Amino acid sequence: MNQATPAAPKTAKRLGIKERYALMTRGLGWETTYQAMDDVFPYDQFEGIKIHDWDKWEDPFRLTMDAYWKFQGEKEKKLYAIIDAFQQNQGQFNISDPRYINTLKLFLTGISPLEYAAHRGYAIAGRAFRGVGARVAAQMQSIDELRHAQTQFHTISHFNKYFNGLHDPQHMHDRIWYLSVPKSYFEDAMTAGPFEFVTAISFSFEYVLTNLLFMPFMSGAAFNGDMATVTFGFSAQSDESRHMTLGLEVVKFMLEQDPDNVPIIQRWVDKWFWRGYRLLTLVSMMMDYMLPKRVMSWAEAWEMYFEKNGGALFEDLARYGIRLPKYHEVASKEKDRLSHEAWATFNNYGHAADFNTWVPQPDELDWLSEKYPNTFDKHYRPRFEWLAEYEKKNGKMWRNDTLPMLCQVCQVPAIFTEPDDPTRICLRESSYLGLKYHFCSDGCKDIFDHEPEKYVQAWLPVHQIYQGNCFPEGADPTAPGFNPLAEVLKYYHLTPGADSGDFNTSPDRRNWEHWTGEDLTLPDVKAA
Amino acid sequence: MSTTTTTPAAASRTPVFIALQTNDISRSIVEAIVADNPEATVAEFPAMIKIDAPGRLVIRRASVEERLGRRWDVQELHLSLISLAGGIDETDDEFTLQWGARA
Repeated sequence: MNQATPAAPKTAKRLGIKERYALMTRGLGWETTYQAMDDVFPYDQFEGIKIHDWDKWEDPFRLTMDAYWKFQGEKEKKLYAIIDAFQQNQGQFNISDPRYINTLKLFLTGISPLEYAAHRGYAIAGRAFRGVGARVAAQMQSIDELRHAQTQFHTISHFNKYFNGLHDPQHMHDRIWYLSVPKSYFEDAMTAGPFEFVTAISFSFEYVLTNLLFMPFMSGAAFNGDMATVTFGFSAQSDESRHMTLGLEVVKFMLEQDPDNVPIIQRWVDKWFWRGYRLLTLVSMMMDYMLPKRVMSWAEAWEMYFEKNGGALFEDLARYGIRLPKYHEVASKEKDRLSHEAWATFNNYGHAADFNTWVPQPDELDWLSEKYPNTFDKHYRPRFEWLAEYEKKNGKMWRNDTLPMLCQVCQVPAIFTEPDDPTRICLRESSYLGLKYHFCSDGCKDIFDHEPEKYVQAWLPVHQIYQGNCFPEGADPTAPGFNPLAEVLKYYHLTPGADSGDFNTSPDRRNWEHWTGEDLTLPDVKAA
Repeated sequence: MSTTTTTPAAASRTPVFIALQTNDISRSIVEAIVADNPEATVAEFPAMIKIDAPGRLVIRRASVEERLGRRWDVQELHLSLISLAGGIDETDDEFTLQWGARA
């Protein structure tokens, strides 16, 4: 230090948020000269989206890199402090009911790997765009998504010390039959072009549908005493609101750039709404059946987040010539049956799932009757009462050993019913190159018919099992006494009856009663 | 539409919302929102507060600081934010949600 310190220079006026953002995202890119721009960015034109002025891209949050690191760092510190406290306080025993853990199993194997897929997807998309604003936004989101995958795996790993089914999520995600629903959804998006990818994930998934995923999951976790999950969930969700905003921004940006973009985007909005909605089937049953203490019903959530808030969004987009996604009215017709059809399916096939399943308890049936006055007593309650009776008589749940037919597009078993007749299974088919393909709905059939060459390649778990591709190495299907289900579960890394199967006879339940001293036997069973 | 009018179009009443985590800072933010947006309605959920408003919802830095008793950067909102609906306009002094064409 000099002894004679010169007078401090007058500090320049701090730049406003808009100027700071402009400095970061304008002038950082350049027109390449050694190589043609089209060779450097070869993937941002083939989809037919026309961009005339990338500078029209604005990130409404105007988050600069320094602010990004600062706020993300704070979020992490908050989260890890809570995870520490949760572990130190044995928070796993404060949950409402051990059945709750099964929602975490569904989340960890169904959703967390999607966060990792999104991390990859945004890294790919960010590289593909030639506009700097879009690239910065995609890069931040890519880092966010990696953070989500890490914090979710890390938080839930604590439960893995105590409960079954949480030990190998990525392995399961890539193999287990119903997990091909979320997996194929993201892989479908990642194998599209960059503009379709951001429309699919940033707009259709994050903006239109993510509220239906995170808010019920996390409010549900809070209500069921799982503070660790609430915290990672809301920590991720705060990034999610930035992503949603990006989703709306990217769609409006594309729509404003060229009128030719409008029909392309409408088709993507239709397609990805339907794909996302079918994926949310899993969330509907989580909300109505898997949370021991329920926050709201699936139908109520659909009304609040899609019909009301989504309605407002599409009212706003009407100025660009965008209408509500095709078949949104089918989704609304299905809102009183979706979760019931789904949980009945998991009552059928829970012996091959990576979480425990159960028949709803009498007070839960009453809650469902109250929430679904027009459908539950008429169509679903008798079925669950029969299943409860069966379990009581036999000491184990009724299971179905015949594999279901999957929809070629959404990969959900064809369990849904006709839009206007909840008593008839909805089936559609198309032919392509002499082969027949099956679908659960008009929405999925439309998607296939537009790009059959893509969807004929679907890796359908049921087909793969029947073709013998889902046994562990060395399994010999010709050996006497070969048990295909047992071999498939081995291939999934599942221990039957512990990781899969009935909750009532599971080690999770036994351990819980042993550790907490609680008796989970229902009053009517005790009386019997 | 090709007609031009001199009077501004009626402001959109399409609902917007913001959802915040229940925490110490968000309590002040919610109070500020309620004070600055007379039509806002507050709904409490486990660990979450959702505020709906017809047409427009504004969060003012000055109002939050007054209640928080310290300086508050509008971008600190990210630490409590769960979800939102509506177009965003953010400056150093205000965070506004409103539907409409991009700014």
